[in-house]
Amino acid sequence: MVKTKFVTQSDMKIGLIGDEDTVTGMLLAGIGHVDGQGKKNFLVVDSKVHIKDIEEHFHELTARKDISMILITQDCAELIRRAVDEFSHSAQMIPTVLEIPSKDTPYDPRKDGVMQRVAFFMPSAMASLGVEI
Amino acid sequence: MSQAGGQKPAANRMTLQTFKARLGGASKGFKLLKKKRDALKAKFQVIFRPAFKILSPTCSRRLHLPALLKEIVDTKLKVGEGLKDGAFSLAKAHYASSGDDIASTVIERAKRPSITTKLYPDNVAGVSIPLFKMSYDASKDSSAQTLGVACGGAVINAARETYRKAVVSLVKLASLQTAFHTLDEEIKMTSRRVNALEYVLIPRIEDIIHYITQEMDEQAREEFFRVKKVGRGCASSSSPSLKTEVVEKKKVKLQKEKDEMAAAGKRTEAAIDAPSMLATKKDEDLIF
Repeated sequence: MVKTKFVTQSDMKIGLIGDEDTVTGMLLAGIGHVDGQGKKNFLVVDSKVHIKDIEEHFHELTARKDISMILITQDCAELIRRAVDEFSHSAQMIPTVLEIPSKDTPYDPRKDGVMQRVAFFMPSAMASLGVEI
Repeated sequence: MSQAGGQKPAANRMTLQTFKARLGGASKGFKLLKKKRDALKAKFQVIFRPAFKILSPTCSRRLHLPALLKEIVDTKLKVGEGLKDGAFSLAKAHYASSGDDIASTVIERAKRPSITTKLYPDNVAGVSIPLFKMSYDASKDSSAQTLGVACGGAVINAARETYRKAVVSLVKLASLQTAFHTLDEEIKMTSRRVNALEYVLIPRIEDIIHYITQEMDEQAREEFFRVKKVGRGCASSSSPSLKTEVVEKKKVKLQKEKDEMAAAGKRTEAAIDAPSMLATKKDEDLIF
């Protein structure tokens, strides 16, 4: 039995992968963190960034023990859909991966793995999300 | 545990008891697991309590999950709204800062996070799920304070506030999502175990018990049959042999006696015919 006992951990950061505006806004709010070695918990994804880099950064963030959740805009999630889905299906609970809408692309619940599970249990969820957003 | 294939346990009362005990344990466990799985499934659907409270760790940690799924959907919507507002206010800030690229400044200035999350384990129907609580430390906010000093400071602050509110609902959403995910995994595992017990383990043990009782019955029947046979034999077939034995013995005895008598008779005759000692005859030596 995979009995994972979660230990109380404080001072956990929020990871972030997104386009420039999202990252700016979040950093304004104050989630940005650069540690002693220059490792950042956020990544600005623009047209110049390779998909491999995004994937690598994603894996780095998921491996870190002090990150409780990773925010990723839906277009970035689309770029590394395979890696994101693989992580969502693994048994690892921390960090959680949250897909957020970006300025350009409205939120599409059909692509979000979590929402697919939710819709499995509650079929009206897609309707309420699809219609309103 | 008996392996698959031909290795069957010895068919005696002790193994029967062992396997009966195992069956009892397995069915009890099966019932309990079934209950657990149904309870977990219910947590998903049913509306429990109207308020969604994450109490501080000093008080009892009871997480009330009102219609977890519904809550997720609602919070997702809220998050979407919050981010939209945030983006809007950020655009305003861009506009207000008239040309200065605050984005790169913000990104460069990020050092210590003023928003951190705490991870609390909570217990729902025996499942330990993680909860996130956001803590905002204004003192660490210094990096971005000096941003809008030149122009547009108010707007920038407004943008910051909007985004902070969005992060609050984001953290809440993360909590719900992990709770959902953990419960999902747990339900899957428990279902798997329930099915394994129901369709594999318990039938196997029942088979073994059946086999053992069969074997024991056969053995008992064999024993009974053998005893019957032996008993009958004692009454008819095996007694002649005894009799002849006895008769034989008697015969031998009789023969011996006869011989002895014969020998004795001879000796008495010899005694009568014995010559007198006065007659001179050489006596035979007595050789023992």
